Amino acid sequence: MQSDNRPLSPHLQIYRLPFTALTSISHRISGVLLCVGALVLVYWLTALAGGPRSYATANAVLGNGFVQLLMFVWTFVLFYHLCNGIRHLFWDAGYGFELETARKSGMAAIVAAGVLTLVAWIIALSV
Amino acid sequence: MAKFSLPANSRVTDGVTHRAEGGGNIKRFKVYRWDPDSGENPRLDTYEVDMGSCGPMVLDALIKIKNEIDPTLTFRRSCREGICGSCAMNIDGQNTLACTKGIDEIKGDVRIYPLPSMAVVKDLIPDLTHFYAQYASIQPWMKTQSPAPPDHERLQSKEDRAELDGLYECILCACCSTSCPSYWWNPDRYLGPAVLLQAYRWIADSRDEATGERLDELEDPFKLYRCHTIMNCTSVCPKGLNPAKAIAEIKKLMVERR
Repeated sequence: MQSDNRPLSPHLQIYRLPFTALTSISHRISGVLLCVGALVLVYWLTALAGGPRSYATANAVLGNGFVQLLMFVWTFVLFYHLCNGIRHLFWDAGYGFELETARKSGMAAIVAAGVLTLVAWIIALSV
Repeated sequence: MAKFSLPANSRVTDGVTHRAEGGGNIKRFKVYRWDPDSGENPRLDTYEVDMGSCGPMVLDALIKIKNEIDPTLTFRRSCREGICGSCAMNIDGQNTLACTKGIDEIKGDVRIYPLPSMAVVKDLIPDLTHFYAQYASIQPWMKTQSPAPPDHERLQSKEDRAELDGLYECILCACCSTSCPSYWWNPDRYLGPAVLLQAYRWIADSRDEATGERLDELEDPFKLYRCHTIMNCTSVCPKGLNPAKAIAEIKKLMVERR
């Protein structure tokens, strides 16, 4: 019955991913973005170790409007990964597998990440 | 590495349209077709069906199409009441049983594909050989060391029996496994939600005496741990079961026995 010319049925192309799948893939994407963000952090720390002049340059680069926007996005990504990670810890302990609970916890992770992002930026800008 | 796009021989092309004669309440069904004898790529055929003379379920429409419009349309079906699992397919973007999916639940055209990321035998029929082999690999039968009681069956308390609720109802339709992106990317090494739920059904059985060996078999980065709690499985199970939770229970037992 095995036949090499058998096609593979469509998957990602046709599947209507449910909300929990979207929070799952965004968890993964946010993890990748965090790695990129960590490079920015390393740049800043290296500049700091390099002395006052390199530190001033780094601050000028990071203070650029576009870079600030990226940092805002990165802050959200950080908090989303954190909140959704806590959701995963509950799952690891065996809790929250009912569909409605999983939907609500996903929404909660997104909202909490948004709130934490705003709070972090309000604190950062007011200091 | 996962392959996100379809191989060249699997890309779906536009198919033919079978128009309904006359007016009436017309619903369009776009159905995946592949003929192993044609040597051509799969295509998406369109059938216009008069809802005025069609039963309420997607399977009713498929049977009507086969009977009245196109007898070459090929699909599996048997019980037509959600207990055999034969008519599992991808309808309106999600896996389900055609016999229990109401046509009126779907807005617009009804798109029907075989279960995702499977080798297609013909039209809506996927090759489930590997799926069944994976099922066999978890040895889905009761294994005991102790001698059976001479005068009665191996008994179970009501509480122990209740542990099997939500597990024994699985009909192995493969809706969950073929909805799982982890299973799409690693079908050869990841067991998938259906088979893992079945594995847990025997692990959770108070009468089974091979729990340790069963867990040993599953302690593997791929067989069990490709589950990342995407929960597509639980969201599509036509029997309302929770494979994601069953898999989490196995993972917990792995930790507890350390």
